[in-house]
Amino acid sequence: MSTDTIIQTEGLTKVFKVGFWSRRVTVLEGLNLEVRRGEVFGFLGPNGAGKTTTIKILMDLIYPTSGHATLFGRPIGDNQAKARLGFLPETPYFYDYLTAAEFLQFYGHLFSLRGALLEQRVTELLELVGMSHARNLQLRKFSKGMLQRVGIAQALINDPELVVLDEPMSGLDPVGRKEIRDLILRLKESGKTIFFSSHILHDAELLCDRVAIILKGRMVACGRVSDLVGQSATQSVEMVVEGLSAEGLEHLRPLAEKFVTQGSQVLAVLKNQQQVVSALEIVRSAKGELVSLTPHKSSLEELFIREVKGLEPGLREGQ
Amino acid sequence: MRVLSIAFNTFRENLREKLLYNLLIFALLMIGSSVLLTRLTVGEWDRLIIDLGLSSMNLFGILIAIFVGISLVSKEIDKKTIFTIISKPVPRYEFLLGKYLGLVVTLLINTAVMAAGLFVVMAYLKAPFTPMLLKALGFIFLEFLVITAVALVFSTFTSTTLSAIFTLAVYVVGHLSTDLKLFGDKMGDAGKAILNAIYYVLPNLERFNLKGHVIHHIDVPATDLVLTTAYGLTYAAFLLLLASIIFQRRDFQ
Repeated sequence: MSTDTIIQTEGLTKVFKVGFWSRRVTVLEGLNLEVRRGEVFGFLGPNGAGKTTTIKILMDLIYPTSGHATLFGRPIGDNQAKARLGFLPETPYFYDYLTAAEFLQFYGHLFSLRGALLEQRVTELLELVGMSHARNLQLRKFSKGMLQRVGIAQALINDPELVVLDEPMSGLDPVGRKEIRDLILRLKESGKTIFFSSHILHDAELLCDRVAIILKGRMVACGRVSDLVGQSATQSVEMVVEGLSAEGLEHLRPLAEKFVTQGSQVLAVLKNQQQVVSALEIVRSAKGELVSLTPHKSSLEELFIREVKGLEPGLREGQ
Repeated sequence: MRVLSIAFNTFRENLREKLLYNLLIFALLMIGSSVLLTRLTVGEWDRLIIDLGLSSMNLFGILIAIFVGISLVSKEIDKKTIFTIISKPVPRYEFLLGKYLGLVVTLLINTAVMAAGLFVVMAYLKAPFTPMLLKALGFIFLEFLVITAVALVFSTFTSTTLSAIFTLAVYVVGHLSTDLKLFGDKMGDAGKAILNAIYYVLPNLERFNLKGHVIHHIDVPATDLVLTTAYGLTYAAFLLLLASIIFQRRDFQ
């Protein structure tokens, strides 16, 4: 393991005992994960897939049934590793009797930050998350978005190298989500490693260097977003042409997978690069006008849905 | 230092949740009864006011120790505030110790203010002040230390309702344990063994009750004071250790 490995798990498994009869439920099975220094890593999966369980194991909140995990090459629970870590739990509830400033001061004390240094840090962080105006307001008066922001400030109080965020975007409005995205990118620029879980794939696609997709406690895909999407993508190109002659139309029709005429415009969906070249040649010789040429990549969401369906045969389209 | 930060935060929570408002009830009780007693009772009213003062201090403190004590940890788990603490470099036992100390400081201040109230009423009624009163107050506080630790142990592994029931049961049986042992001695082997076990395992809380001594001006030997203090502190320390062991092993779901 290199020093650039920040999070590593090997065969991480968690079995919960539920109910009076201690029925065993496996929520995480043999998870192998590696997160490297400086990357934004998205941990994706539907609700109940085991994302929060994994994060709780990494945060020393629950113990794995089997398997092993390290943070900064140290075993989970090690205080030196925890000192380099920041964590925002899912739907955080904080000490609502504290004001925003008192709240951050309290967490600063846990890292032995004191005096002027702590004051400066609190002021900086409140500014970073745009909460300076609410400095002396009790958290019980905060909206969900505001709580999320001071929650992030709390996770950054010790200027951590690794920031773990559990569903940081859930329950936020589009503006709030964009702000969190911008914040994550700013953290990345300052050299931090970010590990976050989400079921909002669009956000992950915009932010992540690498993602892992987890379903029913098992990892089904892991890698760069472009690789994952590229591998399984059936790429197509959508071409819109105007003023094409009847002869040109006749030549174009057999090339296209989908062919729609609307007024003087034609929309043709082409399967591969060769067809695009041929189609462009036809348009040029028939003196048509190219309105647009849009390549369609399959999104992470399509990949995700395909994986979910693959794992759950009952979940077909329309059901 | 981390323990103290958590203790201070717990104390601050108690203040802001207006826990110390119980002092107002105590104050009203003291003033009201002192006015009534001086009018109604012939003689002996100084004993009555001391008895009433100490009893209500004990009652208020025990209620706080039980009902705030059982929620010390469970509230943090229910509200998920514990997630942000344990993921920081704070060993679990430090968290537990901090929560315990926070409530103990609250109880200390609560008891001190009540004692001051009692002293004022006693001075007003010109009731004689004896050093025994201070010893009794110290022992009342010692009982709080033990009961808070009992509540903490239960709250580390069971629900709030069950913790309340169990802690109340320990409190009641703890005051009856000497009687239980005497009762057991008259029973058959099995009954005797069970009641003896209860006597030795549960705290003997009657040892902390010096109200009778204050009222009847009976002194307590110094060795008894030292032994009972050592007993209370050791018992509380043992419970904290037990709570730490249970807490260290549990998952926060």
